[in-house]
Amino acid sequence: MTDLNRLTIADARDALRKGDTTAADLTEACLTAIDGADALNAFVHHTPDMARDMAAAADARIKAGDATAMTGIPLGIKDVFCVRGVPSQAASRILQGFRPEYESTVTRNLWNAGAVMLGKLNQDEFAMGSANESSCYGPAVNPWKVDDRHLTPGGSSGGSAAAVAADLCLAATGTDTGGSIRQPAAFTGIVGLKPTYGRVSRWGVIAYASSLDQAGPMTKTVRDAAIMLGAMASVDPQDSTSADHPVPDYEAALTGDIRGKRIGVPREYRVDGMPADIDALWRKGADMLRDAGAEIVDISLPHTKYALPAYYVIAPAEASSNLARYDGVRYGRRARLGQGDGITEMYEKTRAEGFGPEVQRRVMIGTYVLSAGFYDAYYNRARKVRALIKRDFDKAFADGIDAILAPTTPSAAFPLGSLDQSDPVQAYLNDVFTVTLNLAGLPGIAVPVGQDAQGLPLGLQLVGRPFEEGDLLNHALVLERAAGFVAKPDRWW
Amino acid sequence: MSITEDQARKVAHLARIAVDDAALPALARELNGILHFMEQLNEVDVDGVEPMTGVTPMRLKRRQDVVTAGGMADRILSNAPDTREGFFAVPKVVE
Repeated sequence: MTDLNRLTIADARDALRKGDTTAADLTEACLTAIDGADALNAFVHHTPDMARDMAAAADARIKAGDATAMTGIPLGIKDVFCVRGVPSQAASRILQGFRPEYESTVTRNLWNAGAVMLGKLNQDEFAMGSANESSCYGPAVNPWKVDDRHLTPGGSSGGSAAAVAADLCLAATGTDTGGSIRQPAAFTGIVGLKPTYGRVSRWGVIAYASSLDQAGPMTKTVRDAAIMLGAMASVDPQDSTSADHPVPDYEAALTGDIRGKRIGVPREYRVDGMPADIDALWRKGADMLRDAGAEIVDISLPHTKYALPAYYVIAPAEASSNLARYDGVRYGRRARLGQGDGITEMYEKTRAEGFGPEVQRRVMIGTYVLSAGFYDAYYNRARKVRALIKRDFDKAFADGIDAILAPTTPSAAFPLGSLDQSDPVQAYLNDVFTVTLNLAGLPGIAVPVGQDAQGLPLGLQLVGRPFEEGDLLNHALVLERAAGFVAKPDRWW
Repeated sequence: MSITEDQARKVAHLARIAVDDAALPALARELNGILHFMEQLNEVDVDGVEPMTGVTPMRLKRRQDVVTAGGMADRILSNAPDTREGFFAVPKVVE
């Protein structure tokens, strides 16, 4: 078999079971692809020895008849996940040299299932960003391009998206606090699933905003997302917000039958200045679901426009608290101190040189909105608006809506370096269609559905009921089949 | 509300991030831009709405109040920039 790195998880699983290939061969194909893709800057820490050892163990396990669907599947892991003994620094200088003494629950679940670790993937620093430009490793690059300019793969899980789209791995982990799985998936023509808050353990995932963060799979197909979510999810006593729901067989939910389902199309997502390509794609997506027997219903989510400002109060507030731990004492980097510098100077210098500009900005905004005198005006008000945003969704689902269809992003991938650095709010607008779900805790999936006039991939987003990822994935499968998106980026790297 | 250079200095200090005086005007301008964006929230009628803390209605999990892990000081110290005799080391705190 050639081009083993181009396989889906499902096809690789079937080939491994039939003995048509081995985990060792799959892994070598990915390692070779990674070695030839430095220009994408997707993999930032390589673990080839670990990969070969894990592949050998997987082959032994397959031979012994003890394989799961993920056994022998080579994966990329976003830098934000702690992997024991492997540099894990969430793309921040402040965690330079940090090698965790423990394993995140997600990666432990994946290794227990027999998956193979290829290395750590690029991202925005502490998952704060939508263009992968705030990484201490420099930006990951989108394998898609239309001229000589490099495009962003999106963020924060930009390295994961680039690696999956360029076939450097079969699939990758991502995390999504305001759209960080779905936006990069849309920008690179892959599938990205943000599960319900509490479905996947946050233990060992370097925290950004704890009430919003959720890990999920980034894959080549909807079926792969179903398989991989099943391996990532668990009920975890080490995460107090892990939900007490048993993990179902998500792949078994993929019947391809959505007849009689009611799909909501929220009118508030039709924003000013939306490119015609995206508006047309959205209508086309609704037609596809209608043709499959679903009913398309116009719905209203009236507080949508307040999601972005609410998010940019709540997420920085939580971040300012979570990132207080980076003090130069217990792990990572400590600034060189001057004569007479005390502990306050140590904190201030360490954090000034360890955090990049966007992280500093969010930590300071968070500090401000939580400070005495402003707590009620900003933070509490944002939390009340958050309750109203969730109520909008609750009402839609109570009215019998099974899933909601919306665009994933307000544009296709844009050139790296094109965001105005002096206007951070402009960058935040990228998250306009994605943050609402994080605020409401709902599952959402980005599915590649078409290409814009220049040939860049565009995605649509489906939103599901809490803990109904199986049903959501089934809707996504119907959309994926109808769209028939098979385009791949031309290899230039 | 708008942030003056003095307030920007105060926020930076509260956040324990060293900021040069020369960088304060730009910082104040950026923070103001973001705060201005957040002020849209004032348009929303939030009377009688409880502030939301978590998305899933759940009772926090309980467990026995016992030691579940420990005895691994060397592993805990293994990533520290400076340690002495089994402790984290920091600049002198008490005169």
